[in-house]
Amino acid sequence: MIEADGLTKQFLSSAQEVGEPFTAVDNLSLSVEAGKVLALLGPNGAGKTTTVRMLSAVLAPTRGQARVAGYDIVKSASQVRRAVGVLTEAPGLYLRMRAIKYLDFFGQLYSLSADVRQARAMKWLERFGMADAANQHLSEYSKGMRQKLALIRTMMHDPAVLLLDEPTSAMDPHSAKLVRDAITELRSDKRAIILCTHNLPEAEQLADRIAIIRRGKIIAEGSTVELKARLLGTPVIEVRLATPFNGLLPDVLQQVNILDYGDTWLRYQSDDQAHDNPRLVRWLTERGAEILTLSEVPRSLEAVYLKVVESKE
Amino acid sequence: MLKELAQIKLPLERRWFDEALVLSWRELRDTLRDWRITIPIVLLTLLFPVLMHITASLAVDWVQRYGGSSLISERTFPFMLMVVGFFPLSFSLVIALEAFVGEKERKSLEPLLATPLTDGQLYFAKMLASLIPPVLGSYLGITVYLTAMYFTRGWHPSLHFVILVVCLTTAKAIVMVSGAVVVSSQTTSVRAANLLASFIIIPMTLLVQVESIIMFWANYSVLWWFVLLLAAVNLLMVRMGIKLFDREELLGREVDELNPMTIWRTFKRYWSRVEPHGRNERVTVGRIYRRDIPAILRRLHLPVGLVVLCMLAIGVAGALMTRQFPLDKSTFDPMALSSESFQNLPTGFLPSFTSWILVHNMRALLGAAILAIFSFGSIAVVLLMIPMGVLGFAAAQFAIWGYNPLVFLATFILPHGIFELPAAILVTAAAVRLGATFIARQPGMTIGENWLSALADFVKLFIFVALPLLIVAAIIEANVTLPIVIWVYGS
Repeated sequence: MIEADGLTKQFLSSAQEVGEPFTAVDNLSLSVEAGKVLALLGPNGAGKTTTVRMLSAVLAPTRGQARVAGYDIVKSASQVRRAVGVLTEAPGLYLRMRAIKYLDFFGQLYSLSADVRQARAMKWLERFGMADAANQHLSEYSKGMRQKLALIRTMMHDPAVLLLDEPTSAMDPHSAKLVRDAITELRSDKRAIILCTHNLPEAEQLADRIAIIRRGKIIAEGSTVELKARLLGTPVIEVRLATPFNGLLPDVLQQVNILDYGDTWLRYQSDDQAHDNPRLVRWLTERGAEILTLSEVPRSLEAVYLKVVESKE
Repeated sequence: MLKELAQIKLPLERRWFDEALVLSWRELRDTLRDWRITIPIVLLTLLFPVLMHITASLAVDWVQRYGGSSLISERTFPFMLMVVGFFPLSFSLVIALEAFVGEKERKSLEPLLATPLTDGQLYFAKMLASLIPPVLGSYLGITVYLTAMYFTRGWHPSLHFVILVVCLTTAKAIVMVSGAVVVSSQTTSVRAANLLASFIIIPMTLLVQVESIIMFWANYSVLWWFVLLLAAVNLLMVRMGIKLFDREELLGREVDELNPMTIWRTFKRYWSRVEPHGRNERVTVGRIYRRDIPAILRRLHLPVGLVVLCMLAIGVAGALMTRQFPLDKSTFDPMALSSESFQNLPTGFLPSFTSWILVHNMRALLGAAILAIFSFGSIAVVLLMIPMGVLGFAAAQFAIWGYNPLVFLATFILPHGIFELPAAILVTAAAVRLGATFIARQPGMTIGENWLSALADFVKLFIFVALPLLIVAAIIEANVTLPIVIWVYGS
């Protein structure tokens, strides 16, 4: 669905650097299959928005190529824009319009029939709990409502590809959940989605793959599990017992690679949990130890992100 | 857009316009919802014509009461019709300047750019939406004025004149809107766009002043030439708009670059380069003559060709004019020329006739170059064509009087012209390029960079080629040409 190869975007001289082009995106390659979500993470100014603009055929790449929904982003820019739904960083609504008219206007730009426009607008307004506000002027909308309406605008033409820049920013937790659920549903409809966000838990929850971008380059890419394993090392498992280990601990050291321990708990690393965990459980149970819990110590995507970003500073 | 329009094939053509009109209609509704725009438009279209009618009536009555000529009313009423038509057009600027940069400021532009609308559709839609309210306002104002004049004073102009005023008003509206849309698509804030609007307002004001003079002169047929001129400017403006319309520019720049230090640094960069995309190098006089000037001449080959062609054409046209306006031989007798004829030559505040010629030529060429900036280069060519037309006319007149025109050219022009003409052609060509940079964008350069690169070329060419040639030409004209003329023709 989305295939980018060596995408590079340079901008002409700015006031600061006369004559030297500024490279916003540098030789970026990525691919997103239908039904998958790629989260694009990175600090401000990393090149996420420029990447989205290139993939939505709003900006032409300086070098490299990309195909979106089967169309070349340069040669078939108009078709690409027809096949893509773009949620921009700012909602960018026409505040003098009513919500329903606003959605109708964008539907017309995508040549949708009046019936389809009306049906889709109402479907999504209801879905996001805004059907009652369909005839309100957008100037009366709250920040979160505006963001939701912008998201509906993105989906009005039922695009095969969605490029979402901070879809839940400025939303209350309930609205954000509605949007996340909608994204999950849209993914299941075999859409390819790129999600630019600073909300790392959201990225972890929604994305199949994560790409961390910095100074226009992808510096880490993979699934959350892969990235954690690659960047944070071997997973750590924690075992908690109902009673102290007493004399068992020296023998446990023979079983697994212990990192830390207390009277009733220990943490160990395991490259092969399928083998190590049952073996340790069996070993402890055979020796009368009562296991309360055995679980992997949670490692956040934030830790991965910070490690990647800081290591490249 | 023109190319795009030409490429539209059935059944897509209807969709092209339909989609563009969706945007135009939205913009129109948005404009009409804004009381800050609608109230002044209504006032200007309904009250201003009535006010103009009262003013015109009072003025004419007052003049006639004191024995003034009825000619005053014949001139004042049509003039007021033009004014009434022009005033609502001022709103075309307000709306059109907002077109792109206003949306950019409100951050609603990017969602629009992400739709399937093509650049041509966006440009067409924005232009149409900016054009309709003020033009309709103008037509309504004209109607109100004409109705009031007819019912209160029984005055009505000829249908031909009404059509002329409507055409003039429409052509001016399109020029203003297309210019303002260009400004709007090239600036990063509404404030900057408003400041740059002077590039539109000043020429339009001058045009209206000239039109006013012609209105009072009552030589209305001349105004059709204005319609034609405005139509040509419209084509240029639309081309410029299409050429410069760039989604990247619209989204890419966040700060205005009208920074004197940046402009100076950019100019210095191009000054130090032989080619605009080349390396910065130390500038020496030797390098400029060896490498820069030949490179500039290569870059100027098209404008030079254009200027030479225009000069030849106007020379021939000037010669042909002798058929229509032949001069009597008594007007000028070259055989009567003597050294006394050249005794009171002008020097102005300058020490000699030589320096006067030099300063005059420099002033004319630099003035033309400045005007070229505001006219896409065209005024520079027109100003050079005027003396060439006169020259062609004079040479043909000499032939009619029985003198050899080649001898005329060889004596009056050739001695200094051999230096002066190349200088004038080169400077004019460089000025054409300076003005044309706005409509002929270079890949890999911003408009500002393109213009500053052309300016660096212009300055190099003027200082190192034109100026020496003009100095030599002035010396020859003052000290060699005149004695030759007297020697060949004089008594």
